[in-house]
Amino acid sequence: MAKRIDVADLNIYYGETLAVQDVSMSIEPRSVTALIGPSGCGKSTFLRSLNRMHELIPKARVAGKVMVDGQDLYAPDVDPVAVRSQIGMVFQRPNPFPTMSIYDNVAAGIKLNAKRMRTSELDEIVERSLRQANLWDEVKDRLDKPGTGLSGGQQQRLCIARAIAVRPDVLLMDEPCSALDPISTQKIEDLITELKADYTIVIVTHNMQQAARVSDTTAFFNLRGIGQPGQLVEIGDTATIFSAPANKATEDYISGRFG
Amino acid sequence: MRTGDQIFAGLSTGSGVLILAILAGVAAFLVVEAWPAVVAPADEVPGGAGVTVYIWPLLFGTLLSAALALLIAAPLAVAIALFITHYAPRRLAHGLGYVVDLLAAVPSIVYGLWGIAVLAPATVDAGAWLYENLGWIPLFAGPPSSTGRTMLVAALVLAVMVLPIITAVVREAFLQTPRLYEEAALALGATHWEMIKMTVLPFGRSAIIGASMLGLGRALGETMAVAMVLSVSGGVSINLISRSNPSTIAATIALDFPESTGIAVNTLIAAGLVLFAVTFVVNMLARVVINRRRDFSGADR
Ligand SMILES: Nc1ncnc2c1ncn2[C@@H]1O[C@H](COP(=O)(O)OP(=O)(O)OP(=O)(O)O)[C@@H](O)[C@H]1O
Ligand SMILES: [Mg+2]
Repeated sequence: MAKRIDVADLNIYYGETLAVQDVSMSIEPRSVTALIGPSGCGKSTFLRSLNRMHELIPKARVAGKVMVDGQDLYAPDVDPVAVRSQIGMVFQRPNPFPTMSIYDNVAAGIKLNAKRMRTSELDEIVERSLRQANLWDEVKDRLDKPGTGLSGGQQQRLCIARAIAVRPDVLLMDEPCSALDPISTQKIEDLITELKADYTIVIVTHNMQQAARVSDTTAFFNLRGIGQPGQLVEIGDTATIFSAPANKATEDYISGRFG
Repeated sequence: MRTGDQIFAGLSTGSGVLILAILAGVAAFLVVEAWPAVVAPADEVPGGAGVTVYIWPLLFGTLLSAALALLIAAPLAVAIALFITHYAPRRLAHGLGYVVDLLAAVPSIVYGLWGIAVLAPATVDAGAWLYENLGWIPLFAGPPSSTGRTMLVAALVLAVMVLPIITAVVREAFLQTPRLYEEAALALGATHWEMIKMTVLPFGRSAIIGASMLGLGRALGETMAVAMVLSVSGGVSINLISRSNPSTIAATIALDFPESTGIAVNTLIAAGLVLFAVTFVVNMLARVVINRRRDFSGADR
């Protein structure tokens, strides 16, 4: 669990369009890295290239290297399906499977990976994952009810439980709180801080306070100009980025004079 | 209300009422005309054993051919819809969808011609093979038909006829699977097929059921194709490959009506009433299932 990620010279394309240019960065295990930057600068695109979700879009492709503990995710012999089962993802809008119960939602990933498993073992994993996601007490009496019957914040924690049930190496989150109220947001932020002990977490956020609160490292992405690809402007210790950024654009963005 | 609005409201209400009136009129006509056959002495009804004995084999033949057609068409339609929506390259998918829609517009007499001229002769050897190798199954008890005008071929023709409508409805439903859930499955490490099993099929389930029932409704009422293809002897039989088959209600009416007089006409109309009732129920069930899908909260989130 909790692997390091080294990205080298990553270029990400939609067809012929270069969307993100020349990103290189290192992400430490058991840390939270926040990706910030104005809308359209390629944060989601970059995040989705870290678990090979990007290439599911027709004609989308990636050039460069993403090393996870030294293994290149884009090496020819690597199975993208295996990559996605090792690197979990939480989306902007909570998306528990509406045709499945709460229990089945959490168990979905495990059932994919390990076909045969004793019920007691599965029960244990489901409970453990829901506890880790701080959702167990709220749903333990209605595990057989549909996941869509929960509140938005609960649904998002259910999605986190679903993602961590398979014990991935890395957890990617794309604006996980943007559809949630402040209390639910608070709960998810607390959860992120707890999960850091076991996982490498990368989170996209538009909320500067959130980035400052939960992350250890912050990466600022920006567009070079209108119609130009997005790029990584600077990455560093969150405290440093927020107090003394090296780049003028970063300072403008963080202080709200931009974007 | 403005005059224009009033006229329009009146017109549309009128059309709605008209449809209901026509439906009620047809039902009333069927009941009134069928009644003499129901109360007639058994020996005056064609076959000489009463209206129930006359209609039952026809109803059986109707249900058997339609059910068999559905059994063949529904899985194929789901597979084609899946291929079009989730496997085929975009341009091919577009073309295929178009072809499927075109198939729905082919008149049934053309399918009948194809059945009798091409499919029936082509299946003679297959019928013989089924008889020799699987003859112990009552469905293939034989003796195999030498013309191929069997229940199996009639069902195959019906299956081809109902395939487009089922495919079209199911394809629409599959297309509406929210990308959000497909991505959730893929991000968990599902393969393409696993993703389909986790999201596309459960989402499309009620559409599949509803579409199948629409197809069943069409197969139940199909006349010309069956009348042309099926070699009929009367009686009830589940033997699919022989030349003695029960006919269907619709085909019997089409074939016998011109030469019938007196109580025989009323008997055929009674059979028509039964068919009317069966298709009505099937279509209503289809509507219920399809409508239930609208309330499905998942689609909008
Ligand atoms: N499916 C797609 N096809 C083509 N171009 C796309 C696609 N998705 C995104 N893009 C383009 O890629 C660029 C980066 O988009 P991306 O969604 O990664 O931005 P983002 O930083 O996540 O923005 P936001 O903060 O609004 O979520 C944008 O110019 C966008 O128009
Ligand atoms: Mg985004």
